[in-house]
Amino acid sequence: MEIDALILSRLQFAFVIAFHILFPAFTIGLASFLAVCEGLWLATKREVFKRLYLHWVKIFALAFAMGVVSGVVMSYQFGTNWSVFSDMTGSVLGPLLGYEVLTAFFLEATFLGVMLFGWSRVGNKLHFVATSAVAVGTTISAFWILSANSWMQTPQGHAVDADGRFYAVDWAAVIFNPSFPSRFVHMLLAAYITTAAVVLAAGAWQVLARRGAEPTRWQMRMAAGTLALLMPLQIWAGHWSGEVAHEYQPAKVAAMEGWWETKVGQPTILFAIPDQENERNIAEIGIPGLGDVIVGGEKPLQGLDAFPAEERPPVFLTFWSFRIMVGAGLGLLGLGLWGVALWALGRLDRPGLFHRLAVPGGALGFIAVISGWVTAEVGRQPYTVYGLLRTSDSVAPVSVGQVATSLLVFMIVYAIVFTAGTVYMARIAIRGFDDAPPDETRRAPGTPLAAVDAPAEAPAAK
Amino acid sequence: MDFPLIWAVLIAVAVMMYVLLDGFDLGVGILSGFADDDAERNRLTASIEPVWDGNETWLVLGGGGLFAAFPLAYAILMPAFYLPVLVMLAALIFRGVAFEFRHKAVRTVTKKFWNGAFFGGSLAAALSQGLILGAFVQGIEVEGRAYAGGAFDWLTPFSVLVAVSVTVGYVLLGACWLILKTDGATQVGARKWARRALVGVAVSMGMVSLATLSIDPRVTARWGVTMATVDFSTFVILAPIPAAAVGLVVWLWRDTAPTAIGKPDWRAFVLAAGLFLTGYVGLAFSLFPYNVPFAKTVWETAAHDNALGFLLIGAGVLLPAILVYTAYVYALFWGKVTDKDGYAAHG
Repeated sequence: MEIDALILSRLQFAFVIAFHILFPAFTIGLASFLAVCEGLWLATKREVFKRLYLHWVKIFALAFAMGVVSGVVMSYQFGTNWSVFSDMTGSVLGPLLGYEVLTAFFLEATFLGVMLFGWSRVGNKLHFVATSAVAVGTTISAFWILSANSWMQTPQGHAVDADGRFYAVDWAAVIFNPSFPSRFVHMLLAAYITTAAVVLAAGAWQVLARRGAEPTRWQMRMAAGTLALLMPLQIWAGHWSGEVAHEYQPAKVAAMEGWWETKVGQPTILFAIPDQENERNIAEIGIPGLGDVIVGGEKPLQGLDAFPAEERPPVFLTFWSFRIMVGAGLGLLGLGLWGVALWALGRLDRPGLFHRLAVPGGALGFIAVISGWVTAEVGRQPYTVYGLLRTSDSVAPVSVGQVATSLLVFMIVYAIVFTAGTVYMARIAIRGFDDAPPDETRRAPGTPLAAVDAPAEAPAAK
Repeated sequence: MDFPLIWAVLIAVAVMMYVLLDGFDLGVGILSGFADDDAERNRLTASIEPVWDGNETWLVLGGGGLFAAFPLAYAILMPAFYLPVLVMLAALIFRGVAFEFRHKAVRTVTKKFWNGAFFGGSLAAALSQGLILGAFVQGIEVEGRAYAGGAFDWLTPFSVLVAVSVTVGYVLLGACWLILKTDGATQVGARKWARRALVGVAVSMGMVSLATLSIDPRVTARWGVTMATVDFSTFVILAPIPAAAVGLVVWLWRDTAPTAIGKPDWRAFVLAAGLFLTGYVGLAFSLFPYNVPFAKTVWETAAHDNALGFLLIGAGVLLPAILVYTAYVYALFWGKVTDKDGYAAHG
């Protein structure tokens, strides 16, 4: 493939958005977790919930800061690299993103200050309101972003003017486009699940390091319970999303499934190496007929042969990213059920194989989120607005040199920031809880609780 | 209703809010490079930590609002400013995370790195914003519906002059914010910095104003002033703007005197904000109705009326609410910072 501004712009967009989505996926869930902890503390007056809050809010602050700065980048990417797309879709997508800023960004960013620094200045209840405002803000943000992205997947409610630009004729139809409800639910659940996996992993580490305290026990139970409860729901939401895609984006589904031929009795393929050039799968292992059962049809199901070659998405990426997502999801379901079983048997707080697996399992949610988005975005190629505006017709008139420079700069900057941020967050997460409850006043160095607030690079206590 | 005009005013206000709010916290970031010691640096950052995130959101509103209301302007301007926008974003990333990271680092070398990232990021963000403003004012080459200039059109003596002007202006805002938020030796230092920056602002703003007049005949005609002649009947209408600027410079100079006893600590900041406002309004008068100078007007670049109307409903309800809760948070954190404030104390 020739290296031009188009391919570099696509790589850059994939890179900056993949980096960005990690943080919202985590902070949407973590904000809700914090609101739950603080709410439980207010309701029950049990110190353990306040300690959970004070512990995780430090990680939240770091993740949120990285989400904000990588999010600012996103609001300029459309213009710098996809200016034709911006010109064409501005009258439809612009207001949706504008509403995101007005309803969500300001709410989150402003009340974050109160959440992090305001406890001594506002009462407990008002502080809870601030935490809740941040949690609600992150959710509203997801609403608008998913709406905008879903309109690009399943556009409706618009018309085209004399300049070829889209404009809305029915805003409700634009916002609540066919793929929006299922994809919004799928993403919100993904955020909660991703966070639960991280919380579980941090708790498991503390148990393995024999640093488990009362808050550790609580966070393990809450996380395992969340996974066991939400993962079945998530599988249902994913299936729902797949059904919508099957109706509106059959080429995407054919690529996800690795179906080349249109026929009755499509298989569910477990392993294959799709060969786009020769329109076949290499080394295919599948269960014949199961595809029909899952989609639930008697009619022949479309394969990629139903679409001209230039209308097909890259099959290998779509096929494998989908399988990675499903695999990660099944892993999370397993962790959740296993964790709840250990809880019921009273063995969740004793180190074992479960804990050793749960630690790397903290990455599964992120893996599922990234690979799921790759499936969604690569699978709708070669279009930015599905069926209407091709990706190659969306790109900005910038030179290959400029895009190469910016891609390199973003890779270096994100490598530094991401590495440092992950290290700092991980150090706080695994440091665990001290056994005495924290008091509200500041502590002098050397008192038993100094370690809780010590900088992340300090050697962990004990 | 003339929706494009309403949105032009709204976005101009959003950008103005950004310049004033993130302007002072970028200025404080630049001044943090000159802090005497770590304790003072922590006081400086603590004075902006609760609010910087909200401040920066106005930049997202500026970018997002431009996309929503004037997609064609957004589509022309962003490729034109590709490299300075890249520098600005990279700089904002470094300084944004440095707020937190500099407290999480303990090794001297990493701490120094993040302190440097906070200072350098603030400085680079200010300079690149100035370069973008300068490139915007000097005019954009457009063909059809796209940017037609080169990758480095934004780099001219004029844009560099504007970049210096904006950066010194941010330092002035930052120093005046510190007069309000600190006391003791830090406040004395802030007064000194405010005066130094004020001299720079006065000189560079004057130079930018004169240079702007020679950029395009339409600007000259609007002000009635060329390098050689003055058309007083035209100039007298707009003359209050530069006159106000001169008055504010003089007042601010007196207000930031080392022995400014009895003067309220908030006034210098208000005066500095007023000075920014005069420059901003002056530029707006020079360029209106172009939002891609001097190629496209606000009406030529506007989104469809139903998009502007739909978003205006939201802006009409939500912007006042945003202003109210933003004011609430500023009021909540009112008063001098102490060593108990900010990340340094809260981990």
